[in-house]
Amino acid sequence: MSITLDANAPTGPIEDRWDNHKFSMKLVNPNNKRKFDVIVVGTGLAGAAASASLAQLGYNVKTFTFHDSPRRAHSIAAQGGINAAKNYKNDGDSIYRLFYDTVKGGDFRARESNVYRLAQVSVNIIDQCVAQGVPFAREYGGLLDNRSFGGAQVSRTFYARGQTGQQLLLGAYQALMEQVYKGTVRLYTKTEMLDVVVKDGRACGIVTRDLGTGEITSHSAHAVVLCTGGYSNAFYLSTNAMNCNVTAAWRAHRKGAAFANPCYTQIHPTCIPASDEFQSKLTLMSESLRNDGRIWVPTAFDDDRPAGQIPESERDYYLERKYPAFGNLVPRDVASRNAKTVVDEGRGIGPLKNGVYLDFSDAINRLGEATVRERYGNLFDMYERITGENPYQVPMRIYPATHYTMGGLWVDYNLMTTIPGLYAAGEANFSDHGANRLGASALMQGLADGYFVVPYTIGDYLAGQLGDPVVPTSDPVFQQAEQAQRDDVSRWLSIGGTKSVDHYHRELGKIVWDNIGMARDRVGLEKAISEIPALRDEFRKNVRVLGSADTVNQSLEKVGRVDDFFELAELMARDALHREESCGGHFRVEHQTEEGEAQRDDEHFAYVAAWEWQGEGTPQVLHKEPLEFEYVHLTQRSYK
Amino acid sequence: MRITVKVWRQDGPAAPGRFETHEVDGISDEMSFLEMLDVLNERLIEAGTEPICFDSDCREGICGTCGLMINGQAHGPQKSTATCQLHMRKFTDGETITIEPWRAAGFPIMKDLMVDRAPLDAIVEAGGFISADTGGAPDANLIPIPKPVADAAMDAAACIGCGACVAACPNGAANLFTSAKLMHLNLLPQGQAQRWQRAEAMVETMEEFFGSCTNHGECQEACPKEISIDFIALMNRDYVKAKVKNRKLAGQVFP
Amino acid sequence: MTATQSAPGALTPNIDVKPVQKRPRRRAPFPLDLYQTAVGKKWVMAVTGIGLMGFVFAHMIGNLKMYLGPEEFNHYAEFLRELLVPILPRTVALWLMRIGLIVFFALHMHAAYSLTIMNRKARPTTYQSRRDYIAANWASRSMRVTGIIVALFLLFHLADLTWGIGFINSAFERGEAYENVTYSLGRPLVAAIYIVANLALGVHLFHGSWSLFQSLGINNPKYNRLRKQFAAAFATIIVVGNVSFPIMILAGVVGK
Ligand SMILES: Cc1cc2nc3c(=O)[nH]c(=O)nc-3n(C[C@H](O)[C@H](O)[C@H](O)COP(=O)(O)OP(=O)(O)OC[C@H]3O[C@@H](n4cnc5c(N)ncnc54)[C@H](O)[C@@H]3O)c2cc1C
Ligand code: HEM
Ligand code: HEM
Ligand code: SF4
Ligand code: F3S
Ligand code: FES
Repeated sequence: MSITLDANAPTGPIEDRWDNHKFSMKLVNPNNKRKFDVIVVGTGLAGAAASASLAQLGYNVKTFTFHDSPRRAHSIAAQGGINAAKNYKNDGDSIYRLFYDTVKGGDFRARESNVYRLAQVSVNIIDQCVAQGVPFAREYGGLLDNRSFGGAQVSRTFYARGQTGQQLLLGAYQALMEQVYKGTVRLYTKTEMLDVVVKDGRACGIVTRDLGTGEITSHSAHAVVLCTGGYSNAFYLSTNAMNCNVTAAWRAHRKGAAFANPCYTQIHPTCIPASDEFQSKLTLMSESLRNDGRIWVPTAFDDDRPAGQIPESERDYYLERKYPAFGNLVPRDVASRNAKTVVDEGRGIGPLKNGVYLDFSDAINRLGEATVRERYGNLFDMYERITGENPYQVPMRIYPATHYTMGGLWVDYNLMTTIPGLYAAGEANFSDHGANRLGASALMQGLADGYFVVPYTIGDYLAGQLGDPVVPTSDPVFQQAEQAQRDDVSRWLSIGGTKSVDHYHRELGKIVWDNIGMARDRVGLEKAISEIPALRDEFRKNVRVLGSADTVNQSLEKVGRVDDFFELAELMARDALHREESCGGHFRVEHQTEEGEAQRDDEHFAYVAAWEWQGEGTPQVLHKEPLEFEYVHLTQRSYK
Repeated sequence: MRITVKVWRQDGPAAPGRFETHEVDGISDEMSFLEMLDVLNERLIEAGTEPICFDSDCREGICGTCGLMINGQAHGPQKSTATCQLHMRKFTDGETITIEPWRAAGFPIMKDLMVDRAPLDAIVEAGGFISADTGGAPDANLIPIPKPVADAAMDAAACIGCGACVAACPNGAANLFTSAKLMHLNLLPQGQAQRWQRAEAMVETMEEFFGSCTNHGECQEACPKEISIDFIALMNRDYVKAKVKNRKLAGQVFP
Repeated sequence: MTATQSAPGALTPNIDVKPVQKRPRRRAPFPLDLYQTAVGKKWVMAVTGIGLMGFVFAHMIGNLKMYLGPEEFNHYAEFLRELLVPILPRTVALWLMRIGLIVFFALHMHAAYSLTIMNRKARPTTYQSRRDYIAANWASRSMRVTGIIVALFLLFHLADLTWGIGFINSAFERGEAYENVTYSLGRPLVAAIYIVANLALGVHLFHGSWSLFQSLGINNPKYNRLRKQFAAAFATIIVVGNVSFPIMILAGVVGK
């Protein structure tokens, strides 16, 4: 079976597209809604928001998360803030500008219609969150405060201390728990989805494993929504939580859902550098730090003097030097790449020479320590807790780390994947960010999808199913799917190899970081394409998973996830190799301007690359969704 | 550095537990506490024994998944720091570190150091929300909220739901968690409509699972987010008021 | 459905942790339902606690008359009995106070008892390694013990000076309060009992008379510091006052 990519994107004046589309969609009348079962996998911003909203509309919702509580979803970690075109600051922001910035920031690799819709609903998101009691930062007048974020020219970012993601997630989580209370949502925590079940070309349910008892069961529904987050952990070391994984999306891919733009991964410039090889994850320092911190490295190579002893004259504020206009506020990919360059040159700082300085001494002199503490206090504390260094006295050491993945399951304008009845929302889909995401836009997209898009668009599909019962879980398709999972479990347990799951994950991470990281080239990518399968085969022969299948078994949980990362990583490399251009998070060394800027090739690559699974061993087939730009005109990004 | 860990092992909820002692050397003080356990686990797997089961996710002190009793203190010796943010430099070379799971009837042990904190969700489910269905929300700036009020609500909202307060409380009471969740909403203008139902429902659900507060103040010390026991006082006040108010309200509804 | 009706049944089926404490089958009518929950019980404890504090304080003040000599003291004892006469017959007012006291003690102790049971249930298996407390001081952790000591003392005390049970106070003379006290506390053993008991009471109050503010929700960051200071002061006053009697009597300053 070969898929066709029909974006379903409405045409006409961009302002009206979403409204017209909503009007043209079929509706399910209120008392029919309860005749439909919908499965939502994931309780992050996207999942919790979708579950709550669908339940409020009257659907029977079953919500799954492998976390022990919906509130633990990775969204909780977001620090910086969430964008919305409210223009409360009267600084010339508008829906159109947010739309424009997002398309341009994404380096012209996103679908205009989607992005515009995102900008439109961004406004309602803030209203919704405040109504739920999200304690956004406020001014003395009692009105909402905003800040400018990640190099945006306007202040459109709403925030709640350093814990924006947490507060937004709690809002959605509480809305979800209300529905749980009302019995409209059935919540399954500590339950990992292992497979999507497809019958007659439609998604009809999922197979899950109870992480407490190890029991493998199935659940059926009329539609399935995956809100399962991103795959940054393919790099092993990333800012993502330890348990973030691609399994749900990947298993859907293996069942026929196209996987789009896997090579679009975002590196965050301000993370704390790794301290040793046992590092389990990297910690992000909010981007807002770049508003007042100055980034520099010594001009001399292998300069071992402590920062304090390096005179101004021997410091290279390379971002300010190269990008006078934006200075330290250049977009993430630019900032990250430049950091890599100086470190690779051998000008890196810190014990492992794997970082650059983020220096606040000027800010402290200018604003006084009190102001700085008020703005960044909690971040400074976090930094000191982790490094044992006091950033008020010595400059912070930072280095880029993988942070976000723009790629994901391909979805049409309705957020439906190439499997009818299977939807993807939040970071899990290939989303509205093109090749690069602007700061504070992921939370926006997660909530937009969850609160305001899926709940409407799903009706259009369900309306056609009225009267059809769900496929019973006794059906052979479910039985076979379950059996396959049981076989996997016993296979992993019976290998009895010698090396731990983490060992292989770490090895895989090194390959991915070195070759599919911030800067990529043909040689490295081909290297990755040959090394990854080799390592995977060893992994499958030699991994050691101890313990049993019927209790909590963390190794067993991980092994399947890492196995999926292997297959994904290979596809990332292929995608990166085929895309003979540089755009956003995807930087091909072969394709750069003489100033070392990303060099797009709109003529040949202005499309979404959607890959279709062909079965074990056979490489995926590429499908292209061409991108037209009617409103934002293709220009080379320049932050000079 | 080289340390000795005395760690609690328990195969399952019903199984009897026991302490197990392991020597761990080659630990750098840059390591986080959980990374030290990762290293130990790697070695256990090498040796063919099952790794120690413990919970963690974000390792940034925000998700509330981690949580261990370290040397008799919930989240260990460092103040306002979650277990995952604790680093080995806080310990001395050659030290013996005792690690236990959190103990409370409301937090049954699932395995080794992992407990089930579902009752915290039950408390929120009972009323820890503001009913505002998606869609009909008015403009966000319609109701100005005085900064001090917004800040106080935020202080309460900072709770990460780790359960350390319960673990630390000599009575196994969840009053700090519940009061944080409750007062976050009860302080805000948006939360007023359901204020009294919320107070009653959350407190009474809490009491199905946990002990009672006798104001030891231990929870506040253990809380990684420094949630203040002032919120417990506010909750106690709201609860008793709620008893009166709800009766009145009911009286109005059915005269 | 509003959140108020939240019943155990409202828990998500897969919150598989079973409730540890059972809810009352029927909710008692207001305000009795307050006493059905822990937060409510704590409130009752605080109120009764305050009442008892009031009594202990007044009682100590009264006893200070001891230093003014037999007449004053006995007169005061007599005065208690004559209180509100002729509005009420003799000793009725006193009896009303006594009944009030008994009720307060009973409530206070019963609440203490049932909350203790609740807390035991909340942590059936205690920590297997040493706890390292930071805030919880031994006053707060010994409330039950100090409370019980006070209760036992009370029985002894009544037997000694109010009922005058023979083998505890053979020289007891009804109405001769001064003589009774000085005789009784003149005995080193008895004096020791009084001292220990009142130290226990002091410890109990040191935590209790702070704790009650939290229990009653009297909290204002501006004045919170005062709450602990008040508790410390109150406990000290009671202890100093009450402990002084046996000491002074032993020392022969009073009596003889
Ligand atoms: C450190 C950090 C800081 C960030 N800061 C910002 C910021 O300031 N602004 C911004 O806009 N964005 C930020 N982001 C990005 C943003 O947080 C995420 O992109 C967004 O929260 C993703 O939400 P989500 O709902 O799509 O997925 P998640 O929040 O990751 O939720 C995934 C859910 O799916 C569940 N799940 C996954 N797989 C399975 C399975 N197989 N079975 C069952 N359940 C499953 C998980 O349990 C979880 O509940 C940040 C990201 C990181 C890592
Ligand atoms: C008679 C036996 C007594 C017992 C068993 C007892 C027990 C207790 C217990 C267990 C507490 C709870 C601890 C806390 O809430 O902080 C408490 C609190 C208190 N007790 Fe007692 N007590 C007794 C007598 C007294 C007496 C005689 C007084 C006063 C003179 C008193 C005053 C208080 C006060 C003020 C509190 C604080 C109430 C609160 O925090 O809500 N108690 N008592
Ligand atoms: C050293 C300290 C104390 C002394 C010298 C003392 C002295 C006395 C005396 C002389 C009486 C008899 C009064 C009378 O019969 O007219 C009395 C009664 C009583 N005392 Fe004390 N007392 C002391 C401490 C306490 C304490 C700490 C408590 C309570 C916890 C207490 C509770 C009572 C009660 C309940 C009575 C009975 C009052 C009545 O007649 O109804 N006493 N005390
Ligand atoms: S109140 Fe503090 S300790 Fe208790 S759950 Fe919340 S964050 Fe954890
Ligand atoms: S420690 Fe326990 S007793 Fe109360 S103040 Fe904290 S809950
Ligand atoms: S692991 Fe998230 S708070 Fe510790």
